[in-house]
Amino acid sequence: MNTSPTLSPNPAIERAAPPPRRFNLLASARKHRTLLFLLLLIAVFGTLNERFLTIRNALNILSEVSIYGIIAVGMTYVILIGGIDVAVGSLLALASISAAYVVTALVGDTPLNWLIALTISSLVGLAGGFVQGKAVTWLKVPAFIVTLGGMTVWRGATLLLNDGGPISDFDAAYRWWGRGDILFVPVPVVVFALVAALGHVVLRYTRYGRQVYAVGGNAEAARLSGVNVDFIVTSVYAVIGALAGLSGFLLSARLGSSEAVAGTGYELRVIASVVIGGASLTGGVGGVGGTILGALLIGVLSNGLVIMHVTSYFQQVVIGLIIVAAVAFDHYARTHKV
Amino acid sequence: MTLLDVSQVSKSFPGVRALDQVRLEVGRGEAHALLGENGAGKSTLIKILSAAHAPDEGAITFDGQPLDPRDTPLRRQQLGIATIYQEFNLFPELSVAENIYLGREPKRLGLIDWRRLRADAAALLDELGLPLDPDEPVRRLTVAEQQMVEIAKAMTLNARLIIMDEPTAALSSREVDRLHAIIADLKARGVSVIYVTHRLTEVKAMCDRYTVMRDGRYVATGEVREVDVSDMVRLMVGRHVEFVRRARVGSPGPVVLKVEAVTPRHARLATPGYLKNISLEVRAGEIVGLAGLVGAGRTDLARLIFGADALASGTVRLDDRPLKLRSPRDAIQAGVMLVPEDRKQQGCFLDHSIRRNLSLPSLKRLSRLGQWVDEPAERDLVEVYRHKLRIKMASQETAIGALSGGNQQKVLLGRSMALAPRVLIVDEPTRGIDIGAKAEVHQVLTDLAVQGVAIVVISSELAEVMAVSDRIVVFREGAIVAELDAEATTEEGLMAYMATGAGRPSPSGMKQRPS
Repeated sequence: MNTSPTLSPNPAIERAAPPPRRFNLLASARKHRTLLFLLLLIAVFGTLNERFLTIRNALNILSEVSIYGIIAVGMTYVILIGGIDVAVGSLLALASISAAYVVTALVGDTPLNWLIALTISSLVGLAGGFVQGKAVTWLKVPAFIVTLGGMTVWRGATLLLNDGGPISDFDAAYRWWGRGDILFVPVPVVVFALVAALGHVVLRYTRYGRQVYAVGGNAEAARLSGVNVDFIVTSVYAVIGALAGLSGFLLSARLGSSEAVAGTGYELRVIASVVIGGASLTGGVGGVGGTILGALLIGVLSNGLVIMHVTSYFQQVVIGLIIVAAVAFDHYARTHKV
Repeated sequence: MTLLDVSQVSKSFPGVRALDQVRLEVGRGEAHALLGENGAGKSTLIKILSAAHAPDEGAITFDGQPLDPRDTPLRRQQLGIATIYQEFNLFPELSVAENIYLGREPKRLGLIDWRRLRADAAALLDELGLPLDPDEPVRRLTVAEQQMVEIAKAMTLNARLIIMDEPTAALSSREVDRLHAIIADLKARGVSVIYVTHRLTEVKAMCDRYTVMRDGRYVATGEVREVDVSDMVRLMVGRHVEFVRRARVGSPGPVVLKVEAVTPRHARLATPGYLKNISLEVRAGEIVGLAGLVGAGRTDLARLIFGADALASGTVRLDDRPLKLRSPRDAIQAGVMLVPEDRKQQGCFLDHSIRRNLSLPSLKRLSRLGQWVDEPAERDLVEVYRHKLRIKMASQETAIGALSGGNQQKVLLGRSMALAPRVLIVDEPTRGIDIGAKAEVHQVLTDLAVQGVAIVVISSELAEVMAVSDRIVVFREGAIVAELDAEATTEEGLMAYMATGAGRPSPSGMKQRPS
């Protein structure tokens, strides 16, 4: 590689110079649209209700967002590889109730109940996600179908485990993970921040992250470039499973009980966070930063509507519409090159 | 008599003047070649004719009537201008008949009259002499047959002008001949054809007149019979370029790649004997060209060597060590690289930056602890290949999808070269890229050979195989039929092997393999 090729000059392939770069307000607004919309929402709710813009409410929103935001970090990876996982809510419930069951029925009172629950919840999630990942890579079943099946299977298993009843009676150390705080910041928020930071760093700075983008951008080209596509796909589903488990642990600690219906509808919030954050459902485009904004946007919207005494049914309508609008805008911007 | 008259048409995109005062005049029943290097503005002109783009200025007259620049593509079709793009507008799951009459199906009582649909399609195919079954789903057709469906569709729209964008890029020479017969038939019916191609011998063979464009401008129009291929090339590039056969560089080194009696586990084609027990040797510093028609088995063999498809039997050896090929990853780690045939489908991550495209397989080397990507080192690597391969890019962060085909191909070559492979397989390395970039790619391959890389070049362009190879291995219907010394071979001799499997009375240097 040390002799440099001698190539004859070839003026014919000189291309026109790129257009001069100007500050483009519209393009800039497009790039930061989620952030702009988020700020707009905060301004509107803040003006309409004095209870909205308080530190207490802000922490409340953040705690709420953290529970599904943790899973949304994993969903960013799943959507980046061009996949989807609609089983996260059910897997969350199964993991959380398995952990609660082990702690309350088998182990009894020990000071490390929380650690046992955290470990079991994450491992059950990891295992469930791994199985789904293998079904996608080995059986070549589309991810939507695999996880749609998983959604029912995990929920059914959850109901079987404790005959559908909740499990509570957690000790203080356990509940601290949901209700405690570190320097005034609620623990779930701290956990979310750590998960998001780790998720961002891995995606942005590691070879693994590059390979995730590559698989979603063009799986065949990735394979021919030496990427172990099956490993990437399986690992991504396993990781989101583990994150669902972690989230399930935090949720049970926050609510003080593990319920079989926990996490119902989370798949929608989580996928919406990623999509509103600018990721492309065809894969290869997106990032953790956008997902965090998307999750915050949904959190602010739900909280704001509650404070304004808008019924929760209406919230569902609004969130659904925003998802469609976000994707429609994305598509418009892509085809019209705003 | 003039059918289409384009005068002084201009079109700009942000930062680029794609067309500048272009003209084009096509007569009735004429096959008119539209020539120019990639980026000359041919595609933009076609898109203006089919109303995919609106011109900024200029006038177009069709059949004596001025065309409204605000026409929709559908309106242009109704006026009789049909465009057949390289990527067809067909529905793979629908039948030939359904595709031909899509949206215009014969109806009875408001429902589709299937019997008449089928009968009409059969009659049309028969009239046009196209050997297609109207009930066959389009996905089962070859590229050439799908093209016929497009032509049939155009005819049902009473097309008087059919624009064909590189219609023969993916066809074998037999299929090209058949297409030319179809075009001759269209001309006899008074239909005009605009034929966009890089294959100048075809222009010579079947076009009446030509128009050459260069850098978005009109260069010349003339009668094809009054010029020869090198004249047309000169007009296209504005200077004299031809494939120069490279001088042989010393004698090749030891055998690096040894393919021994390989057979694929899943043969792509059901032809008996397709790719059974194929053997091949490539030496260090040697360029071996694999010649053959499309579907002769060259790409499938390359994929076997690269671990992209599974082996049923046989061995691939590198430096006499047998390779365990479970996936391309194994081949890459051993030092075998493949630049795949289909740039967009198998090579590029179109939305991703040039940097990420080029460095992906090299990341392990560029990362601390195998994971933490050292971005400065990565940028340096990309910069090296940007200069070495003269890749024209605004920045490393530009999406590769924004580059011309030639520059995309160079990025993919750089991706492979960055791994310093012992064996490099390039499949159709210059398909659809302009002549200047072709010469540069050939030079790169030659330089790599000088450095001792064992190179396999698969190409459907005879002139390319002849120019770049030391040794040519000819494939036909899944088997190797001849091994030729490139210096002692003529295009005609090579063609004879490819088409019939047997050579003509050969000059010295050819040896025929027992089959």
